[in-house]
Amino acid sequence: MQSFNPTESESTSPLYSHSSFIHRGNDANPNPTRFSDLQHSFRQQDAVDLSSSSVFGAKSNNMAVVASNLQCGTFNTNLGGAEFASTVVGCAETESQHMYQRGSSSATMPMGNQYVEKWADDSQHTEDTCTDIDTDDKNQCFSTVSWGNGVGDGALVVVDSQDQCKTKVKPEDQKTVRRLAQNREAARKSRLRKKAYVQQLENSRVRLAQLEQELQRARQQGVLVASGITADRGHSVVGNGALAFDMDYARWVDEHQRLINDLRSALNSRMGDNELHVLVDGVVAHYDELFRLKSIGAKADVFHILSGMWKTPAERCFIWLGGFRSSEILKIVRNQLEPLTEEQLMGIYNLQQSSQQAEDALSQGMEALQQSLSDTLSTPSQGPCGSGNVAEYMGQMAIALGKLATLESFLHQADLLRQQTLQQMRRILSTFQAARALLVINDYVSRLRALNSLWLACPREY
Amino acid sequence: MHYQVESPSAAAAAWSYLMRVRSMEEDQMERVVRLASQSAVVIFSVSSCCMCHAMKTLFCGMGVNPTVHELDQDPKGKDMERALMRLLGNGINTTAATVPVVFIGGKLVGSMDRVLAFHISGTLVPLLKQAGALWL
Repeated sequence: MQSFNPTESESTSPLYSHSSFIHRGNDANPNPTRFSDLQHSFRQQDAVDLSSSSVFGAKSNNMAVVASNLQCGTFNTNLGGAEFASTVVGCAETESQHMYQRGSSSATMPMGNQYVEKWADDSQHTEDTCTDIDTDDKNQCFSTVSWGNGVGDGALVVVDSQDQCKTKVKPEDQKTVRRLAQNREAARKSRLRKKAYVQQLENSRVRLAQLEQELQRARQQGVLVASGITADRGHSVVGNGALAFDMDYARWVDEHQRLINDLRSALNSRMGDNELHVLVDGVVAHYDELFRLKSIGAKADVFHILSGMWKTPAERCFIWLGGFRSSEILKIVRNQLEPLTEEQLMGIYNLQQSSQQAEDALSQGMEALQQSLSDTLSTPSQGPCGSGNVAEYMGQMAIALGKLATLESFLHQADLLRQQTLQQMRRILSTFQAARALLVINDYVSRLRALNSLWLACPREY
Repeated sequence: MHYQVESPSAAAAAWSYLMRVRSMEEDQMERVVRLASQSAVVIFSVSSCCMCHAMKTLFCGMGVNPTVHELDQDPKGKDMERALMRLLGNGINTTAATVPVVFIGGKLVGSMDRVLAFHISGTLVPLLKQAGALWL
């Protein structure tokens, strides 16, 4: 076993092989068998082709030497992988020019994959250099052989190995060159893909961080606005009125569900009328709370309430003037409350009639409002220029603004209608019946919301 | 009463103006009350007001034939509106629209919210029947 001195590798490249050769020569371990091994391996293995072609292809670089040696498996076993590894390390550190390219991953080198990759990373090596055959290569050929077998007399060997290199490599030259090129291309492509993927991941990470920040900010804003709203009625910031109402409504819904659950359990446990009365009145009062919230929300943002954006899409389908339709609710309730007295039946029927009439009246009023608003906005103006026309335009806008203000009053009337319908219903029915009616209403709304969720969850074919 | 004035004539002029306005209002108040008693159902409205339109639709839908006085078409409309405001008792809230105002059987019912409240609670129809606006 030759003991390589890694420090000796720190010399400049062209002389490296020579010095080691010299070194080897000094150590004088004539081992003719090695040379024959070398020859043998050069002839037989594919790796040999690789190594020899790489010898040809590489510029004057000790890496070529080392690598080509290591391609041949036999060398590893003969000379000790560890020592090669250390030498390679030395080479790698000193030699900044990693012109040598190993596209092939088939090399089983003891020093580990990192060096393969390091070499593989060099994408600068072109195919052109493969065909360069000059004196440098001759030297390398020479040094390859000399290092590999540690033979003392290099001259003879040089000639032989060079001849062998040349003669054996030429027929397989094209194939190997092509294979090498393909490997290089594949490696380059995979590197580019990897880079792109990593870039994508980085971008997504940054975006995620941004979104989280925004969400945090929005949540804080919402909380602040909500607390601001409850603290000071007059302080409703424009644009946050909708948000504040949405949050209040969400809280209202949760509270409502809780009250309804209490009512349901009370009914199931056959609670006494007095306690039930308290619960029922609690639910009705909670509805009053909703109308109060809506009136505040309407003052802040009437269009938000009117549009029903605070309801789920399926509920929004049935919206009338910013809320549920009283006559609809009564229809639902009536069918579920079979044991009604004559008086109660009449009462419910009248209630249904009057709420229907009121709804019609308000709807017609809304239509008239829309009509007059569109008439105001579509009044033709004489021309774009002229101060008189500007005044006219502003006048029109002022009228339109006034008309818009009546929107809030319509919304208010509609909510009053709903509130009064609920209260009248409570008055007509007994406590037990009223409790059942409230549960029925809640079931209906829950089913509508569940329908909404299902609709959103089901994939639809387009 | 003792007050400082620049000139007695200006004070007199101001005072007389005030008295005139007062009397005008009182005139209109009387007029309003008079008009309200003339029919079973009287609605004071403004032709361009949509809530008034809704009110009219409501009564017509019930089969009632209300007498409508359009204040914007009356020369003394402004004063009548002021009188109505005082009747309703919302003199402080001048931004909200006064009309529509309904009188049934000469008695003041109020604005739209009152009418709806009465209707839902089932007291409107008896009231109308009592005033003779509805039969059956």
